[in-house]
Amino acid sequence: MAIEENKNAAAGQGWIYLPLIAGWLVPGAGHFLLRKWGRGALIAASIVGMYGLGIAMQGKLYAGAHDILEILGLVGDLGNGLLFIVSRLLGLGADQVQVTTADYGTRFIVVAGLLNVIAAVDAHNLRTGRKK
Amino acid sequence: MFHPSHFAAVVLFALFASVVFGITQRETPRRMVHYGIYCFVLFVGAAVVLSWLMFLIAR
Repeated sequence: MAIEENKNAAAGQGWIYLPLIAGWLVPGAGHFLLRKWGRGALIAASIVGMYGLGIAMQGKLYAGAHDILEILGLVGDLGNGLLFIVSRLLGLGADQVQVTTADYGTRFIVVAGLLNVIAAVDAHNLRTGRKK
Repeated sequence: MFHPSHFAAVVLFALFASVVFGITQRETPRRMVHYGIYCFVLFVGAAVVLSWLMFLIAR
């Protein structure tokens, strides 16, 4: 009981938006900051795994915003935080979708970003006490 | 490079999405596991049912 209270007290310290931003930039980091090690590790493994498979399938990383679909794809990709930024800097991902699996890869990357946003918001809810 | 079959891609997608859904949408570990399994079955089941439906329509 006392250990649980200490954990909650430690999780309640610091800037209130830190878990949200950390969770967005690095998958699972928001939960790690709140000492939810198991949840953070599973989230990190899922999102990094999904993103990595998307890249391995030669999925496309959205770069421009020429039409509404590209804008939506870019928003989804940006949800991956530093993964997306580093991948763009390293030139990973395909510019054009050539094969069917590359189309799957593109969806994997976008959905990994959206899942990361959900996880970051979950970390924020844990921090504010909205969720236990 | 990685070139999974359609079904393997569905299973991988369902697995990763279900883990995140389970953790974020429920509060206790037991309910997280149950909800994750529920989402996984729905993802894969829906893909299989819709695939058969499209196969029958296309015939």
